[in-house]
Amino acid sequence: MVKDQEYLEKKASYCLDFSKKLGATDVSVNVGNSISETVNFRNRKLDESNRSDNLGINITTYIGKKKSSISSSNLLEDNLETLIEKCIETTKNTPEDEFNSLPDKNLLAKEVQDLNLYDDTHLENNDKAEYLSKLEAAASNNTKIINTESSFIEDKSNFILANSDGFCKGFKTSSFVASSVAVAKDDQSMERDYEYTLKCHLKDLKNAEEIGRKAAEYTLRKLNPKKIGSEKIAIIFDKRIARGLLSTFAGAISASVISRGTSFLKDKINQKIFSDTISICDKPDIIKGQGSRSFDTEGVKTDSLKLVEQGILKHYLIDTYYGNKLSLKSNGRCGGTSNLYFEKGKISNEDLLSLNSKCLYITETIGRGSNIVTGDFSVGATGFFVENGEFKYPVNEITIAGNLKDMFQNITVADDLEFEYSTNSPTIMIEGMVVAGK
Amino acid sequence: MSNFFDKSDLSRNEAENIISDTLKKCDDGELYLENSKSENIVLDDNKIKNSDYNSDLGFGFRAVSGEVVAYSHSNEISKNSLKQSSENLKSTLKSANGTYSYSIPRSNIKYYENINPINQKTLNSKIDILNKVNDYLRQKNSNVKQVTANFSGEQKSIEIIRSGGESLTDVRPLIRFNVSVMLEKNGRKETGVYGVGGRQSYDTYLANDKWKNVCDEAFRIASVNLESKPAPAGEMKVVLGPGWPAILIHEAIGHGLEGDFNRKKTSAFHNLMGQKVASEGVTIVDDGTLDNRRGSLTIDDEGTPTEKTVLIENGILKNFMQDRLNARLMKTRSTGSGRRENYRHIVLPRMRNTMMLNGKQTQDEMIKSVDKGIFAVSFGGGQVDITSGKFVFNCTEAYEIVNGKIGSPIKGATLIGDGPSILKEVSMVGNDMKLDPGIGTCGKAGQGVPVGVAQPSILIDKMTVGGTNL
Repeated sequence: MVKDQEYLEKKASYCLDFSKKLGATDVSVNVGNSISETVNFRNRKLDESNRSDNLGINITTYIGKKKSSISSSNLLEDNLETLIEKCIETTKNTPEDEFNSLPDKNLLAKEVQDLNLYDDTHLENNDKAEYLSKLEAAASNNTKIINTESSFIEDKSNFILANSDGFCKGFKTSSFVASSVAVAKDDQSMERDYEYTLKCHLKDLKNAEEIGRKAAEYTLRKLNPKKIGSEKIAIIFDKRIARGLLSTFAGAISASVISRGTSFLKDKINQKIFSDTISICDKPDIIKGQGSRSFDTEGVKTDSLKLVEQGILKHYLIDTYYGNKLSLKSNGRCGGTSNLYFEKGKISNEDLLSLNSKCLYITETIGRGSNIVTGDFSVGATGFFVENGEFKYPVNEITIAGNLKDMFQNITVADDLEFEYSTNSPTIMIEGMVVAGK
Repeated sequence: MSNFFDKSDLSRNEAENIISDTLKKCDDGELYLENSKSENIVLDDNKIKNSDYNSDLGFGFRAVSGEVVAYSHSNEISKNSLKQSSENLKSTLKSANGTYSYSIPRSNIKYYENINPINQKTLNSKIDILNKVNDYLRQKNSNVKQVTANFSGEQKSIEIIRSGGESLTDVRPLIRFNVSVMLEKNGRKETGVYGVGGRQSYDTYLANDKWKNVCDEAFRIASVNLESKPAPAGEMKVVLGPGWPAILIHEAIGHGLEGDFNRKKTSAFHNLMGQKVASEGVTIVDDGTLDNRRGSLTIDDEGTPTEKTVLIENGILKNFMQDRLNARLMKTRSTGSGRRENYRHIVLPRMRNTMMLNGKQTQDEMIKSVDKGIFAVSFGGGQVDITSGKFVFNCTEAYEIVNGKIGSPIKGATLIGDGPSILKEVSMVGNDMKLDPGIGTCGKAGQGVPVGVAQPSILIDKMTVGGTNL
């Protein structure tokens, strides 16, 4: 069983008190426990079981405007005392920084909303194995599939965040994840693809056969790919990679890169950075949402924000430290966004594919090719060549490149938004990018 | 050396009994104990931003039967916790009926000293260097608009206890010092990043103003990029500089030669053993035995002493990199390549220091032979799809080559190629092999481990450059 609130609160308040006793003027403590159990299958047989029990504590001590942190997985009192002594000593020797402070008391969350993020159900490993048997049977239902690997993870976590201004809150979360990776081979090529499902509640998990069948289907359609020539062509981003662009956007509007001047979106507040049709929301109170939360990693209440409204950038993602630096109030985004998404568009996925006589439908990108200082973007890609709305053949060993400033202005979003993960996007199209191939 | 049992209600003797009892019908397995101390001190935006210290303690208990691995880890080194893990492993491997392989090679050679780099330098002297770095760069040029620098240091003590009580230990120091600088000129911004590191004290890398070299290099890269023009798009010849660009080797063929992917036949290389996979003159080794290097290990995370493994010899595929599990199933021996990020993770076959050895040509000859192409000197990182064999890496410093001469710098672009065929496109191998500066971290299955790379300059006849200029 994951450690209960009482145990975690006791540890947290012990550390608060001990730090204060040694001379800290302010303290914050985050203590958590997570237990996860994983079963892996390969080629329809048990391959691995893994049980993981993780304890962790993070303590930040302040002496005036001086600050230092320690973290540990060893929660025995004598170890914590040694570490806190070390932390206080380091704090004293660290230069002052006028922007260091605990969050504004008035911004702290007053309550933990019930967002239904915890399911107490425990699935025995035998039952996980049964799910995976069904999944793998569906995934291996074709002779070209030469390898299947699948995994079922059950995770339960609990934490308490406490600070010396009296904040002391936490909540339990659970997650159930089933995933499948298939490898297919023919005379010409060998390809891999995947599918997965991730939910807070066991009963919401997608059907095992569906996950296995889709992993196989996605893999088989990639066989025998071609390399295309270099050209400028409309690019469709499959949902699963379109959300990566949202994460890049979020990275470029965090107060840290804005205050340091290292983002291509610095000083773009209230300016049009996307086309009129684009709105981007961050909504923390979605019931059972993967990114749902009542407060951020500093305890600041997290409210819904419309980050981009009809193409115009309305908010940065602000925490206490960089907020102090920018003279802006924290908006509860320490640690990043909650449930981030593009609002859905008006065009169907099929119509989007037929908007141009030919386009490239990208299902996977590799490489970290986004530079948020300059906005330059260049990544390896695999996908399909589409002509008159129809998939013609798979494509690989190409790159797609552009600059995010231009790419953002040229996005068209489809209407197929679903809330599966913490960051979600409908299918999107970007015009004006360059493909490098032959 | 850590004594993992002195503050526990669990005695070494009791632990040995639980290990032997749990593993009696298994083919392999061990208790892995780890105690690590690490620090990270960051200067950013003219201020000391973080001074963090971490202390991590835990165990991972593994039992292996046939192809099946059962694993359980915890932070609590106690009788209860180990027994619970033991029950967990037994319940997964109920039908185990193997014979434990007790033999493990031993060696007395150590590739780094037993030091704790964190304690070898005071906090104040680290802060002092960070402030000097900031002042040095900002005074160097008025275009410098942002400086970030950091010290990260670690000491990791491990003990492996096998069935029967055999114990293997290692203490691993590791440091890294990194500088990132952003320049702004005429409204245009570019960054340059450089770092150094390895398994010695901070001062080995930084004393006597050596930290200035790190600053100068980061500044130089950023300055070059300020003048860069859009990169070309399409297939062309590529000359790679020596040293760090060897992440091409790491991505393009290194991962594909790890034992697990080949046992599972999911690597594009699995049926190519003994065959020609590279041009003549191309020899690639993976070496864990270089003194004090970031990717070096005295023993791997299963206790096997590391070695210099020849992967490709004069173009012919000779060996895969193996841990004990994959070696046993493929009926070969472990190459001392079994690694894990920490006690939370299972062991996988991984790279250490992956190196292409010297050839005979000079970089000059390579450049002169190219009519139209690019010269890539520095990289950000790379990634590979080991099944299709396609790999990428991101240039952070590159130039066009026009009519045998180095031309203008070009913007960062992704290069993409095909692992199994790329080494056949290598038409010249240089005589200027260089090791990287000690900054690489390799990710696989969610686990990051420190690695090294090395290569001489090479000429690749055909690769796709992912620029925007058609």
